[in-house]
Amino acid sequence: MTSLHFTGAVWILSVLAGFLGALTGLGGGVVVVPALTLALGVNIKYAIGASLVSVIATSSGAAAAYVREGFSNIRIGMFLEIATTLGAILGAFLAGRVGTHALAIVFGLVLIQAAIQSFIGNRGNDQPVASDALAGRLRLGSSYPVDGKPQEYGVRNIPAGFGMMFGAGALSGLLGIGSGAVKVIAMDRVMRIPFKVSTTTSNFMIGVTAAASAGIYLSRGFIDPRVAMPVMLGVLAGALLGAKVLVHAQVRTLRAVFAIVILALAIEMIVNGITGKV
Amino acid sequence: MNVARMHAVRMDDHRLETIIGRLLQIGVLAAAATVLAGGVLYLVQNHSARVDYRSFVPGGPDLRTFSGIVLSAAHFQSSGLIQFGLLLLIATPVARVALAVVGFALERDRLYTVVSLIVLLILTFSLIHAR
Repeated sequence: MTSLHFTGAVWILSVLAGFLGALTGLGGGVVVVPALTLALGVNIKYAIGASLVSVIATSSGAAAAYVREGFSNIRIGMFLEIATTLGAILGAFLAGRVGTHALAIVFGLVLIQAAIQSFIGNRGNDQPVASDALAGRLRLGSSYPVDGKPQEYGVRNIPAGFGMMFGAGALSGLLGIGSGAVKVIAMDRVMRIPFKVSTTTSNFMIGVTAAASAGIYLSRGFIDPRVAMPVMLGVLAGALLGAKVLVHAQVRTLRAVFAIVILALAIEMIVNGITGKV
Repeated sequence: MNVARMHAVRMDDHRLETIIGRLLQIGVLAAAATVLAGGVLYLVQNHSARVDYRSFVPGGPDLRTFSGIVLSAAHFQSSGLIQFGLLLLIATPVARVALAVVGFALERDRLYTVVSLIVLLILTFSLIHAR
């Protein structure tokens, strides 16, 4: 394959991945890594390096839009970023130690989880709770707009949420993905933060988490300019497009189709990892 | 108490986030433009070169260290320009945390100034690897 063909093919796949990732809320990374490794035979270390970079681009690029809506909570985000960045550093170190086959198998398992979650869907927690003692001391509670009126909400179970965020960070650093889905579960299900606040705060956190592994990825040579260039530009374009049409899309059918696609990718990743093809 | 001064430093969470969000967007645009410029240059110079990324071969220090990348970009090497754009991109969330430190300090929120400082320290620790 010539470099022109390769760049073009990677760019188109990345636009598609960014678009679907934004529509389904799973992020571009979970699609772009299997697409590059399975369809174009790119080594998984280059693929996760390029994906990590694109994760930062979509998170920072969308930040202004999310802030305008007034849902994200910068205190919750910043506090939990202590856990996600520490996890991300651990994950990035592991990514350098683990072999490519093992990486492919772990990636496949995470994809299966994403597929199941995408299939079930997340109706979300919209019943605000009162803060427990620790959350009160940390002043994590706030309010968010519901039908134009501010609705107060509190935060609970901080140690469990903090631990889960460490895990989310480690997955992000190990596989070059945003792991936004795990972050949302930690906030929405475990810490009882309203769904809207959880998803927007998670988006804000993804970029900082990914930046914590970026230095380690760079020094290890995971970020190859010729692979990362079309991936970053493609996923960013696709994600911005996806965010624009999100309002009009029939998300439920799309999620079901997407779940099946992801499940197929997951099985192929695992099989190729076991047989040593990836 | 100086009323004018109090007004000048008045900062709340939403205003802080709006400023940070805007700056992040500008950073991403600058990064994307740099990566695009490097990418166009790369394709003009190497469009018919054969490529194969099946095996993992870490590149040289000009692609893996800050000093190498800056030097290579200053010489208008296509891969150096792309890496430099990616460094700008990696810097956006770091700048976000640094701005939050300043913002919380302006809000006189001791606890969250310290929390954002811890996050900034962790990020710095990780970035030192690519010196």
